[in-house]
Amino acid sequence: MSAAEDVVTEAPAVEAVPKRAMTLGLGTSLVVLAALCLAPLFVKNFIIFQMTMLLIYALAVLALNILTGGSGQFSLGQSAFYAVGAYTSAILMEHANMNYALTLPIAGVICFAFGFIFGQPALRLSGVYLALATFALATAMPQLLKLGFFEHWTGGVQGLVVTKPDAPFGLPMSQDMWLYYFTLAVSIGIYIASVNLLKSRSGRAFMAIRDNEIAASAMGVDVALYKTLAFGVSAGITGVAGGLGAIAVQFVAPDGYTITLAISLFLGMVVGGVGWLPGSIVGSAFIIFVPNIAEGISKGLSGAVFGVLLFLVIFLVPHGARQVAMIAQGLIAKLKN
Amino acid sequence: MELFTNQVLAGIATGAIYACMALAVVMIYQAIDHLNFAQGEMAMFSTFISWQLMQWGVPYWGAFILTLALSFAGGILIERLLFKPLAKAPVLTNVAGFIALFAIVNSVAGLIWDFTIKQYPTPFGSSPFLGSQLISTHQAGMIGVTILLLILLFIFFQYTRMGLAMRAAASLPESARLVGINTSWMIALGWGMATAIGSIAGMLIAPVVFLEPNMMGGVLIYGFAAAVLGGLTSPLGAVIGGFLVGVFENLAGTYIPGVGNELKLPIALALIITVLVVKPAGLFGRPIVKRV
Amino acid sequence: MTAMLNVKDLRAYYGQVQALHGLSFALNEGSLTTLLGANGAGKTTTLRAICNMVRSTGAIEFEGKPLTGRSTENVVRLGIAHVPQGRGTFTTMTVEENLQLGAITRKDSAAIVSDIERMYSHFPVLKERHTQQAGTLSGGEQQMLAVARALMLRPRLMLLDEPSFGLAPLIVRDLFKILGKINREDKVTILVVEQNAQLALELADQAYVIETGRIVMSGDAKDIANNEDVRKSYLGY
Repeated sequence: MSAAEDVVTEAPAVEAVPKRAMTLGLGTSLVVLAALCLAPLFVKNFIIFQMTMLLIYALAVLALNILTGGSGQFSLGQSAFYAVGAYTSAILMEHANMNYALTLPIAGVICFAFGFIFGQPALRLSGVYLALATFALATAMPQLLKLGFFEHWTGGVQGLVVTKPDAPFGLPMSQDMWLYYFTLAVSIGIYIASVNLLKSRSGRAFMAIRDNEIAASAMGVDVALYKTLAFGVSAGITGVAGGLGAIAVQFVAPDGYTITLAISLFLGMVVGGVGWLPGSIVGSAFIIFVPNIAEGISKGLSGAVFGVLLFLVIFLVPHGARQVAMIAQGLIAKLKN
Repeated sequence: MELFTNQVLAGIATGAIYACMALAVVMIYQAIDHLNFAQGEMAMFSTFISWQLMQWGVPYWGAFILTLALSFAGGILIERLLFKPLAKAPVLTNVAGFIALFAIVNSVAGLIWDFTIKQYPTPFGSSPFLGSQLISTHQAGMIGVTILLLILLFIFFQYTRMGLAMRAAASLPESARLVGINTSWMIALGWGMATAIGSIAGMLIAPVVFLEPNMMGGVLIYGFAAAVLGGLTSPLGAVIGGFLVGVFENLAGTYIPGVGNELKLPIALALIITVLVVKPAGLFGRPIVKRV
Repeated sequence: MTAMLNVKDLRAYYGQVQALHGLSFALNEGSLTTLLGANGAGKTTTLRAICNMVRSTGAIEFEGKPLTGRSTENVVRLGIAHVPQGRGTFTTMTVEENLQLGAITRKDSAAIVSDIERMYSHFPVLKERHTQQAGTLSGGEQQMLAVARALMLRPRLMLLDEPSFGLAPLIVRDLFKILGKINREDKVTILVVEQNAQLALELADQAYVIETGRIVMSGDAKDIANNEDVRKSYLGY
């Protein structure tokens, strides 16, 4: 060790969240599930579409949460994975006439591979450096999608129009409603899988790396493997979300997947509570609805209103929705006594 | 060969912009250990203030000094009001705070001064510098100011008690408190200084990119990249990093086929990441040894 | 004679965990007192509570002024120097800069220069290395630097947290000799927390023994050193 080096015991960038605290209790989960199942029966198609987007972004936020809250790695590049997923689904549906449902696992696998490969150089970076690297990926992606070389498949700047699927088996429901339930089913599947992943051996390895990388490697955790794996899993889930997003919006274009999307997903994670998976849907609601609310309050100053609302949230609950849930839990426990 | 030399010169000229911004980035990183995503917007706002002062008839240098003082005070105010309460919050919450500040500053500037681009004067003139068409007297002046700023900062941090106290507070806050340093104020001062340096960057950049609320978006990214490349702990490294990024960006645009303006940024960033993979603390940064 | 530092009913907490359970003790001006106890007894917490670096209740008075509610830096500015565990060296700065930082709250620049020279005469090895980065010093040298840095404040009271930690026995003896000299010649009141009870009792004139956050014994250092029961049950030698 050269003498001029700083020796630091690095505080983990992400606070430790106990494993049990990363999920919801069974009772609460069932109530939320029932609400999600019944809500579309009472609202208009446009609202159903928004609820679909809510689930899709919640998936993308969840994916980032696995990466950051689970393994302690930052990413400002989630929009790139989202874009790859969206384009994979769109291209397979429009050029190969593949069934929309089948395109999703393919989008997931391709993004998993993409994330896993990207995770390799990212291994050597941490903190702000990783943030910059992922940021670079996010800014490069729209430009890459515009390249003439890929234009035959991607449609270049124009993008691709995607056909919205009808409900199967002659089910009497609108396209929007069918897509909502389809998305809900996929989301629940991925949510349960994620919860189990974090409870598993791999999940423990992720968290050990998050809390103390050096100690984790000393305990025999293959840090390189698990860090890249976390990137892969996160990218894979984001890819599925991207694919669903393409189907729901019926359109993909390079400028739909800029750094703004990556920043939104990041904000969603912070507002939902880093490391708390159920918070993903709260975070998703924040990034979908709050800009609209801000616009409603003042058109000219919508950015400022959004900023002020965001400040209010992080001042009142710096740990996001997780903190709200914990306070609520404390209150309920008090009432019971 | 002449093309090469010209491109390098042009790169140095744009690099001066990045170097100036990178200096502000390093300044705040030293004080608070974060990259402030709103720094570019704050610099833009300062620049608008100076523009407004000049519209009201204040001469250039008067507006310059006034803006510097206002920015310094403004930086301290923002820290005291918005970020001091977040000092104990998680890192990522602070990052969300920077994004919120970004949105607020950008939107307020747009409301006050609207989004049409405005001419901004230069004190150095814009004739060719030493007969070269690629580098103007303004850009030469910018390089001069950046280097002057670097020297002043070096003197401040190496030879003044306040500079020593700020360094101590940044490197080991607890030890700094134990010798009687008010570390919380040192952070506020760091914000003030970074905001003031940012305002200089903004006022020097505005004649080149024109004044409008979104003028700093790209510049800040290059500033970050330059600071990271040079090493976030080294003001000199940040300035050199700025020039390197400027030169590389120009050369990539000229010599790598298929790289238009659009791909310049990703390519520059890719280079920086490559450098970081090899040398994670940046070219001039201090390596940090971690222990359990 | 009134006490220089008066601690009454001190309780300290780390989150929900209480580390000190109503500690009371006093230091006389000019004394050299040692606070002994096993690992986890609350020695470090006591020092940290004096400087308000940990949440605590109770009354602490220094020269008649209450310390409650003062920030750490304001406690230090009253003339209380604290040499923390692990020495708190500014590793990336030079030895001389570390010494200057010790005097950062003082305004008398001429006296600071002469004080630095005085430190160099106390610790000649620091003079040899004054332009070197402090991180390059050995553990013993860093401990001397930490003591010197604390003295640069011209403190009235100096708190030392396990100065012998990780040092070779010979170096510890040297260091303790210097502490004794500082106490006698510079009239600095010293409170030193130690696990090395034998050495600390040789050096000190007063001693307190604490166990699980409570004072269990206090008195003349010599008496405690000579009391075999105390030695066996609390000090382990």
